[in-house]
Amino acid sequence: MFSTALTWSDLAFLAQGAAMTLAVTAVSVAAGTLLGILFGVIRVQAGPYWSMPLTFVLDVFRSVPLLIQLVLANAFQSIAKLGWAPFTTSCVVLSLYTAAYCTEIVRGGISSVPATTRRAARSLGMTWWQDMRYIVAPLATRVSLPSWIGLTLGVMKDSALVLWLGLIELLRASQILVTRLQEPLFILLICGAIYFLISFPIARLGGYLEKRWSPND
Amino acid sequence: MIEIENVRKSFGTLEVLKGIDLTVKKGEVVTVIGGSGSGKSTLLTCINGLEPIDAGRIKVDGTEVHAKSTDLNKLRSKIGIVFQQWNAFPHLTVLENVMLAPRKVLGQSKQAAEEMAVKQLTHVGLGEKLSVYPNRMSGGQQQRMAIARALAMSPEYMLFDEVTSALDPQLVGEVLDTLRMLASEGMTMICVTHEMKFAREVSDRVAFFHKGVMAEIAPPEALFGAPKDPELQKFLAATH
Ligand SMILES: Nc1ncnc2c1ncn2[C@@H]1O[C@H](COP(=O)(O)OP(=O)(O)OP(=O)(O)O)[C@@H](O)[C@H]1O
Ligand SMILES: [Mg+2]
Repeated sequence: MFSTALTWSDLAFLAQGAAMTLAVTAVSVAAGTLLGILFGVIRVQAGPYWSMPLTFVLDVFRSVPLLIQLVLANAFQSIAKLGWAPFTTSCVVLSLYTAAYCTEIVRGGISSVPATTRRAARSLGMTWWQDMRYIVAPLATRVSLPSWIGLTLGVMKDSALVLWLGLIELLRASQILVTRLQEPLFILLICGAIYFLISFPIARLGGYLEKRWSPND
Repeated sequence: MIEIENVRKSFGTLEVLKGIDLTVKKGEVVTVIGGSGSGKSTLLTCINGLEPIDAGRIKVDGTEVHAKSTDLNKLRSKIGIVFQQWNAFPHLTVLENVMLAPRKVLGQSKQAAEEMAVKQLTHVGLGEKLSVYPNRMSGGQQQRMAIARALAMSPEYMLFDEVTSALDPQLVGEVLDTLRMLASEGMTMICVTHEMKFAREVSDRVAFFHKGVMAEIAPPEALFGAPKDPELQKFLAATH
């Protein structure tokens, strides 16, 4: 018969880890998406030349491994005496990382709206903002959604790296239990299942929205 | 009244409009013909301020289009324009497509906008298509929807830029009929077109553009019957 030393309180410990993963992901994806929308719009409006500095900075965030960003940011905040908690530092870094990718997604979404459609909106007397709000935003969202869902799921998994700053998120919680109980396969299986349980609704939501919008393309 | 005075416009080093003068009175229908690249579309987009101009001026009901102080969005709401590509808003139903600008730009109530939209859509023969999405309609229907969408703003002027050029031949008729109907109702219109028969029928005056110059302008009988400009003679010979 299958037996395990895993107790209910160990499971609660894992759940706390999962909650930390969710918190870091939620904050980073929310902040990163808002920033990404802002930067994406700026990139499209300013054109490739004037947005070069912004593009450069975002490219740095996209190309330097997240782990290095986390460690450097943590060192920086301590040198600069910002007094940030590991949770804050983690969220700031992950938000910028998310924003860097989201900017490209948003830019792609906006560029996918034909110039002729936007010209039609403007020639009806709509302002730039009305065109953005009622024409570009809905159309760009439809185009960007699959990539954005992918980004969100990716950030959730990448958020495990914040364990290097001492945060006990899902993966770190599992590691602690593995070390203590010496049942790596079983515990990692549970850990994987929890990741899946968190991801699944997000992926389904994406699928649902895509289906709902597709007949109107 | 639309008054175009000595308008010049370049894209980079290419001068596309080389001093255009044209006055279109209320209720008048002017069609513009001419070869590809002669500046016809550019003139229309200058009239509603989508494109800036380099010299001269354009006045619509006395308001200078390109003056800094002009509220372009307000001005555009009285100049309807329909383009060659039928630019439906694909995420909105036909009814919503037509209601959007009256609601957001003119601030109409939902009820008033809907009433107007239904009226205009019925007018162009799409009364049965209100809750359909544009991609479920033919090009001709989408183009008529674009016309209804412009008309729902109660414009005083309508500009049409080759609205039938991208349509399958069998769909051209229904859209031209819509334009004829508007012309017969007294709408002030500038129509860029390649449909010579249509131009002959509906126009008060026909303008021939050649290389950024309005080479000839005359009532259709004169322009088609006795063209003076040699380029126009060539152009007409080629299109017949
Ligand atoms: N946004 C633009 N940027 C650069 N050049 C342009 C632009 N729009 C038009 N042009 C050029 O200006 C010239 C006139 O264009 P326009 O579209 O006004 O011609 P047209 O008379 O409408 O021709 P067609 O019958 O092919 O529609 C063309 O040579 C075109 O390539
Ligand atoms: Mg043209």
